Amino acid sequence: MAYIGQAVKRKEDYRFLTGRGTYTDDLVLPGMVHAAFVRSPYAHARIRAVRTEAALKAPGVLAVLTGEDLAQEGVRPMPVGWLLPTLKIPPRPVVAKDEVHHVGEVVAVVVAETRAQAEDAALLVEVDYEPLPAVADMRKALAPGAPELHPGAPGNVAFTWEIGDEKAVEEAFAKAHRVVRLELRNQRLIANAIEPRASLADYHPGTGEYTLYTTSQNPHVHRLMHAAFILGIPEHKLRVVAPDVGGGFGSKIYPYPEEAALLVAARRLGRPVKWAARRSESFQMDAQGRDHETEAEMALDAEGRVLGLRVRTLANMGAYLSLFAPAVPTYLYGTLLSGQYRIPAIHCRVTGVFTNTTPVDAYRGAGRPEACYLIERLMDVAAAELGMDPAELRRRNFIPKDAFPYPTPVALVYDSGDYERALDRALELVGYRALRQEQEALRKEGRYIGIGLACYIEACGIAPSKVVGQLGAQAGLWESALVRVAPTGKVEVYTGTHSHGQGHETAFSQVVADLLGLPLEDVEIIHGDTARIPFGMGTYGSRSAPVGASAIVRAVEKVLDKARRIAAHLLEVAPEDLEYQEGRFQVKGVPGKAKSFQEIALQAYLAHNLPEGMEPGLEATAFFDPQNFVFPFGTHVAVVEVFPETGEVKLLRYVAVDDCGHQINPLLVKGQVEGGVVQGIGQALFEEAVYDENGQLLTSSYMEYAMPKAPYLPAIEHDATVTPSPVNPLGVKGVGEAGTIAATPAVANAVMDALRPFGIRHLDLPLTPEKIWRALRDKAPVAAD
Amino acid sequence: MERVPIQVRVNGVEYRHEVEPRTLLVHYLRETLGLTGTHVGCDTSQCGACTVLLDGKAVKSCTVFAVQADGLEVLTVEGLSHNGLHPIQEGFREKHGLQCGFCTPGMVMAAYALLQEHPNPTEEEIRHYLEGNLCRCTGYQGIVEAIRWAAERMAAQAAD
Ligand code: FES
Ligand code: FES
Repeated sequence: MAYIGQAVKRKEDYRFLTGRGTYTDDLVLPGMVHAAFVRSPYAHARIRAVRTEAALKAPGVLAVLTGEDLAQEGVRPMPVGWLLPTLKIPPRPVVAKDEVHHVGEVVAVVVAETRAQAEDAALLVEVDYEPLPAVADMRKALAPGAPELHPGAPGNVAFTWEIGDEKAVEEAFAKAHRVVRLELRNQRLIANAIEPRASLADYHPGTGEYTLYTTSQNPHVHRLMHAAFILGIPEHKLRVVAPDVGGGFGSKIYPYPEEAALLVAARRLGRPVKWAARRSESFQMDAQGRDHETEAEMALDAEGRVLGLRVRTLANMGAYLSLFAPAVPTYLYGTLLSGQYRIPAIHCRVTGVFTNTTPVDAYRGAGRPEACYLIERLMDVAAAELGMDPAELRRRNFIPKDAFPYPTPVALVYDSGDYERALDRALELVGYRALRQEQEALRKEGRYIGIGLACYIEACGIAPSKVVGQLGAQAGLWESALVRVAPTGKVEVYTGTHSHGQGHETAFSQVVADLLGLPLEDVEIIHGDTARIPFGMGTYGSRSAPVGASAIVRAVEKVLDKARRIAAHLLEVAPEDLEYQEGRFQVKGVPGKAKSFQEIALQAYLAHNLPEGMEPGLEATAFFDPQNFVFPFGTHVAVVEVFPETGEVKLLRYVAVDDCGHQINPLLVKGQVEGGVVQGIGQALFEEAVYDENGQLLTSSYMEYAMPKAPYLPAIEHDATVTPSPVNPLGVKGVGEAGTIAATPAVANAVMDALRPFGIRHLDLPLTPEKIWRALRDKAPVAAD
Repeated sequence: MERVPIQVRVNGVEYRHEVEPRTLLVHYLRETLGLTGTHVGCDTSQCGACTVLLDGKAVKSCTVFAVQADGLEVLTVEGLSHNGLHPIQEGFREKHGLQCGFCTPGMVMAAYALLQEHPNPTEEEIRHYLEGNLCRCTGYQGIVEAIRWAAERMAAQAAD
């Protein structure tokens, strides 16, 4: 009955496949009304007046709330949850009152009987704006005389931060045989979960209790932020329910202004108020991701060993600080710059910049993709400059497998790894040597194949809480689990993580069923409702398996321990004399003398004959705080063909070898890898959020923002190696972000490899046909041009 | 606002309602009929989450007015199978063609329309056909494999 490690098909699929999932926008409450938001068309403007009379007279309209109204209701600004030492925190209002700082910022909320009426009336709210000069570009924002967004952040600097030993890096560069320099951008992206954000707020005037149904990756975090920080009400008066959630990728971690505004509207009206974002609103208002400009230098000796790395990064924060935004370009980025390599000296300096753009925050990978892209591009550029094979250069620099736990010069201690094994496997799968020969031969025929490697590392299951607290986190990063056994021996597991596509109901059931020796069907996983689950931190940063499932293991162990004591009592033996197998406690060496888990469960609740002093019942709660992060890794290889006449890139092959330690369910791992890889390919080839110089978002719908689509993608070939993590009871590492982290540099390196005969060293992402075509045209102008 | 009477057959059931002319088919299905399996993922007709069959043809129900469905037949994901799963749905489960499940009803209905037209599509044809359906979770690979699986299963069933 071993479930762990099996490709068990998902429990959650039936409801989704038959259209019986329940997403927030599917919910209907009696008396429900609808909200629409009035949003700023300007990236920067003073609000002179907001006139609501016409809207209030429109059919069906029940209320129009402005920034003034929310201020009167005592609503406070949106909180920031990660405090860096130099951080400036300009207040981000729920509804703007005096000034707007990015396009799409909420200026008023209109509530009406129907959605159409609310949207119609929103058009009648007259806002008198005085446009102010805007700045969307980081370098312009930092230039002297640039328009300033916030009086509390002079020069538009949100923070400066550094890590590593600057002096050691200088020394390394002084003795370098060669220094490789690279400037690159990590472009801004939009998460684009296919379910747009939606919320339904309800208020009970009789009890003063609120319920917020919302698209959340972490309902308790939403509850804490909205209750204690924004509305100023006791947490126990707010219940947050995240029902089925249609993807998150980071964008549904944070509390958003709309949710708070709906809670206030529901209180005012005493009626449930629903809002479901239009996609155009998601483009403007969901936290965006990435957006770095970096100058990097790498020092190498004559054998190609890296001696030092120097990194200077500007990180665009957007107009305000979203909840975890300060952590992303600092502790989730600077600390990963060692990659898979033994680099003796690293120094990284990051400047966070305010601009009149949508705030950024964690987006799938969050900081790690930016770090991996940088280091893996540098490796390829260095290999080219040294005339070495890029696989060989990497191999020469790998942290050897006997060096773990390995402390890097940038704060982290890698738990376990065997980088060479994953590289070897990936090269073997793709047929590297033969491919290189084929590449040579094809070049002679005027065809341009490129092979790109990415040896990635991810840091996930971020912990322990004490350490992240020292780094500025205003939260502990443990996870909770409550295992409740019913009198019939059926088991309910309440987890503080949240599933929005990852398949927790299946994976966690596998773990519990194995530990208890029960059939999968006897276990139910419950998540997503603060009224049911213990306080928990939710799902992001690939923490659900390493931290969430580990908490479940601990809670099950407590349950088993009590069950064992009851069994021992009933069988009149010592607890140590029992062995637990296939759902039965059996006296060692006496096969007939046994009690099943179900019998013990029943006895626990009958409580007629329990050990002296034991409480009835069979349930246990555990909070698991790991001793360290976990560090999944692997090697991905992309093979592309570039067509010089059009600049088009065709993905020919994609090979992924990942090591996430033990796998609970290989089917789910495969799904996470494939989905992640395609998101990484999206960054490499298609996606970019583009603002014009006035801060208008030019890519504000699926018509302008290129999403990866089925016809442009290859089949992904994968394999895995297994290097268990020593820091959790399951030996697992997270895998949700691995593909996204690896695929961007793998594909970018492949395209640049294909373009090498043209003398092109680097192009910024996304590598669109136009960009490549232009670069090639500049290199070799055609006669007819 | 004026209301227009319509008569539509949805998943085999005949409905008569009066709707505002601006009501989109997707909103009629979701809000008037309570068939919330059909999802809305965008407002530009790009994502395909709202795909249903209108008189046997796949349409994006966010691009069709409810009044345009007057007198016609609509099939939504809720109507695809009555006991258990349709082979296409089974294929999605078998090959892990879904994660968050939000794009899934649209994907399943697109796959159904594809297999009606081409019972034996190649992987490339499947990918081509799915150009109008976005999925952010699966990387499409599980979906493509699911549709191939379903095609084989349906062919085998037809042969029996
Ligand atoms: S909702 Fe119809 S295509 Fe997106
Ligand atoms: S399964 Fe989540 S969008 Fe397709």
